[in-house]
Amino acid sequence: MSTGKLLLSPDRFALTIERLCCQLIEDWDNFADACVVGIQPRGVALADRIHSRLTALTGNPDIPYGKLDITFYRDDFRLHDKPLAPHPNDMDFLVAGKKVLLVDDVLYTGRTIQAAFSALQHYGRAQVVELLVLVDRRFNRQLPIQADYVGISVDALDEAYVKVHWKENHGVDEILLFDKKHPA
Amino acid sequence: MSKKLSTRHLIGIKDITADDIRLIFETADNFKEVINRPIKKVPSLRDITVANIFFESSTRTRISFELAERRLSADIVNFAASSSSVSKGETLLDTVNNILAMKVDMVVMRHPAPGACVYLSQRIPANVVNAGDGTHEHPTQALLDAFSIREKLGDVAGKNVAIIGDILHSRVALSNVFCLQKLGAKVRVCGPPTLIPHHYRELGVEVSYDVRDTLRWCDVANVLRIQLERQDIKYFPSLREYHQYFGITRQMLDELDREIVIMHPGPINRGVELSSDVADSPHSIILQQVENGVAIRMAVLYLLAAQEQLSTT
Repeated sequence: MSTGKLLLSPDRFALTIERLCCQLIEDWDNFADACVVGIQPRGVALADRIHSRLTALTGNPDIPYGKLDITFYRDDFRLHDKPLAPHPNDMDFLVAGKKVLLVDDVLYTGRTIQAAFSALQHYGRAQVVELLVLVDRRFNRQLPIQADYVGISVDALDEAYVKVHWKENHGVDEILLFDKKHPA
Repeated sequence: MSKKLSTRHLIGIKDITADDIRLIFETADNFKEVINRPIKKVPSLRDITVANIFFESSTRTRISFELAERRLSADIVNFAASSSSVSKGETLLDTVNNILAMKVDMVVMRHPAPGACVYLSQRIPANVVNAGDGTHEHPTQALLDAFSIREKLGDVAGKNVAIIGDILHSRVALSNVFCLQKLGAKVRVCGPPTLIPHHYRELGVEVSYDVRDTLRWCDVANVLRIQLERQDIKYFPSLREYHQYFGITRQMLDELDREIVIMHPGPINRGVELSSDVADSPHSIILQQVENGVAIRMAVLYLLAAQEQLSTT
């Protein structure tokens, strides 16, 4: 296995999450009438952290938190040789009239976010939707979609692959850059 | 890691693997959540057209397939043999090819002749889903039955499942035997000797003619309807006598030392194979089976459609 280049070390990682939460509170105050929606599967790890930190910082214990699976809304259905495997969807509230913070780990082509918009529409007409991502690969977009809150921006070739490791799953919080897609 | 089915068509449970069944169940879990949302619809199959071809009457299966297709946003055409050119003498292959010429991607078919779906799947390019072929197989029913057992009891493996009633004329029984055995359950069939074919012993299932003993043995009793429309001769003296010997009543369940699950693929003949108080009791998961049927059929259609590469040329 090739080792990737370290883009964000564990201590910087924690600082970045803290900075994003502070930015959010600056803009959104105490999150009354707001909700956090993580995109399955990889956006949820980030959304878990953001949601628990926001709860602690705002003192508002009732910020609604949903996990949105966008598999059935993707535009590349039938373009792969294997079916896209869905993940559990857990949204027990409607977003009608709410401010929605959509959370994903890496913003790359923008197609995941486009699918997330379609999925989100099924839960009502949100008042505002804003997007938070940990990594913005800003030169690889295929659709006109931009994030409102960004952890780090990465300028990389299309062949490159950015991977976010989480303490819960990989033992350490870090972001790595690989030369080739899908390292073994 | 995403997986795929080992087949392009769902003809029978006999032809698919235990891994296929588990993949269908995992996918159906997600669709069960979808159909319980405020908006019960996803756009996955928006570019797919499905023909529902029913050469035999059906209420529940046809509605269930139709809802599954609509909730996946597929375009659908319905075709019932009674109101079609079949009554003018057209062959099955001609009928289906004419429908396919109108650019249909999948065919869901019910037919009175066993093997009709295999025949079709070897001759047409579309995916074929068997919605019941004569007395052969009814794969989606077996899948939803096993899915309902898994939901109620946590797992199918290691459970004792009894299939009680008209085994001879039942495609549900045969598909259920294959499905339950592949998932590791023990299966027993029970009914009057005239309605249990000898070849069932060769499938590795127990055969019993004693319904009380069978109820004591089983964790789940899947009770089948007496299919009078398929019975050209008398297999038992009267329905009243059948109920006396093989009908399941509340009293029989109360005599057991534990709770068992009662299932029925429908339509129920109340007072024949099940008394009304059993059909409506908390033991019965008959209506959950119907709900799971939509999720299972969505999963089957989704997985089959997903395997067909979209040609972008």
